[in-house]
Amino acid sequence: MGYFNNIRETIRTIFEGMAITASHLVREPYTVQYPDRIDLPIQDTLPFRYRGLLDVDLEICTGCLACERACPIDCIVIEAEKNKQTKEMILRRFDIDLAKCMYCGLCSEPCPTGSIHHTPEFEGADYSLESMVRRFVKAPIPAYKPTKGPETDPEIAPLLTRGLRYLDEFASPGDSK
Amino acid sequence: MQQLADSLLQTGFLQGVPTEAGYALVIAFFAFVLLNFIMLIAGVTSWLERRVWARIQSRVGPNRVGPQGVIQWLADGIKNIMKEDIVPAEADRPLFKAAPYLAMMGFFATFAVIPFGDGLVVADLNVGVLYITAVTALVVVGILMAGWASNNKWALLGGIRSAAQIISYEIPAGIAVITVVLFTGSLSMQTIIRAQGWAPWDWFLFANPFLCIASFIFFVSALAEGNRTPFDLPEAESELVAGAFTEYSGLRNLLFFLVEWGNLYVIGALYTTMFLGGWQIPPITEQPVIQGVLQFATFFAKSYFLVFVAMWIRGTLPRVRVDQLMTLCWKYLVPITFANLIGAMIWFVLFPNGLAIMRFAMFALGVAVTIYFFSRILFHLRRARPRLRLNPIS
Repeated sequence: MGYFNNIRETIRTIFEGMAITASHLVREPYTVQYPDRIDLPIQDTLPFRYRGLLDVDLEICTGCLACERACPIDCIVIEAEKNKQTKEMILRRFDIDLAKCMYCGLCSEPCPTGSIHHTPEFEGADYSLESMVRRFVKAPIPAYKPTKGPETDPEIAPLLTRGLRYLDEFASPGDSK
Repeated sequence: MQQLADSLLQTGFLQGVPTEAGYALVIAFFAFVLLNFIMLIAGVTSWLERRVWARIQSRVGPNRVGPQGVIQWLADGIKNIMKEDIVPAEADRPLFKAAPYLAMMGFFATFAVIPFGDGLVVADLNVGVLYITAVTALVVVGILMAGWASNNKWALLGGIRSAAQIISYEIPAGIAVITVVLFTGSLSMQTIIRAQGWAPWDWFLFANPFLCIASFIFFVSALAEGNRTPFDLPEAESELVAGAFTEYSGLRNLLFFLVEWGNLYVIGALYTTMFLGGWQIPPITEQPVIQGVLQFATFFAKSYFLVFVAMWIRGTLPRVRVDQLMTLCWKYLVPITFANLIGAMIWFVLFPNGLAIMRFAMFALGVAVTIYFFSRILFHLRRARPRLRLNPIS
């Protein structure tokens, strides 16, 4: 008796569905009107791993180029070279074209120190495409060299802590948390 | 309205005007008043629908223009009027331009017989229900013409879908109307209302099981005829861009939306007339003016509640496929409504004056279903543990 079953199921499911939507009708809306000011700046209410505009902490960048290789649309350009005498990496150029970036987050996953990361900042509108290229290296600077044991430099330690926390909060594949 | 026109011609300020010109003036005046009334209704409905729909989806909805966005519809209307009215180069120009007005005409003509009160009706035609069924079919011509004249694949598909849908659903809707007409013996809207009473157990909705089934079938078919979700296939955004209205812009597009939202009110008014006792009020006052106002308020509240139910359904049900639409009509609604009509005939032969016990039993059943429904709403609210905000417009 599929025919009468269909009629019964139609009535039962529409009855239940209408009850569910009616219960939503009297609930508080989840959304916040965006340009309205709320108690906190809206960026502070977003989660730590929110994928907003990309940022780089140059102080802890090792110049390993992992992010450049990971980027599927080549919006990251890094020029680094090894200083022959001191054996340390020199960063000459670190550009991110935010006009191209699609906020996939693949660059920040392989970063060993959490230097390249997304910020909760999302208001990135601008008038020209050129100005959307963020150039992080103003003058050539040496790359960060990981130390054995805990970091001691008081300027770098908090950045590194933050970066490692950022890496820790990636959900590894198969992890359901 | 003819009495009013006559009295105005004999004693009122139309004295000395030729009879035909006086009639024309009165007709033009009421047409003007009704047109403005439905503009207002359609506009406010468009805003309220967006708010209700948004709240069902846990959003806020338009709340910027005016307090809580109540004049959002005015802003939208002005924007649409000021937009350029584009006619595609390859379109059939005269048909393309005429189509929105035809759709508008078919929908606006129904207001001539909608009874807002005891005397508050423009024309109490003795074939009122038949007239409505006939003139609403004119909307099909408008939509099909729009789809054809746009010279666009999506528009044509939308127009053809609309024609197939509206013509199919005329049958269950018509038979459901006949079920009511069977018990009143008249097609006149006012006679149908007078055959009912003010109390819920005197309504046709609870008169007997057959009329109750007919009322649901009528509501579903009316939604399909008005191109409402879940039957809004003619303008299915996900498949057909905007269906028959794809190429329209500016005022003509606005007219189609006016028809859509205004039709919603016509559905509510028809359902109220046939099943919910229309403008019937308890005999509490003899004053004709207060009586008229109360009757209008009763009728408006009942029909607007049904408009709200249509919005609620739009927020609940997904759009059906074309084959599902046709299956629902031809395999389910048509046989059920015919069987229902035969059952109603047998009932009418057995109990020509109705059965009081059945009225009260049906009413009790209706109350029980409503209470169970509210208990289900409370169950879902408790399970989600939400913060309540009972004010629907904030």
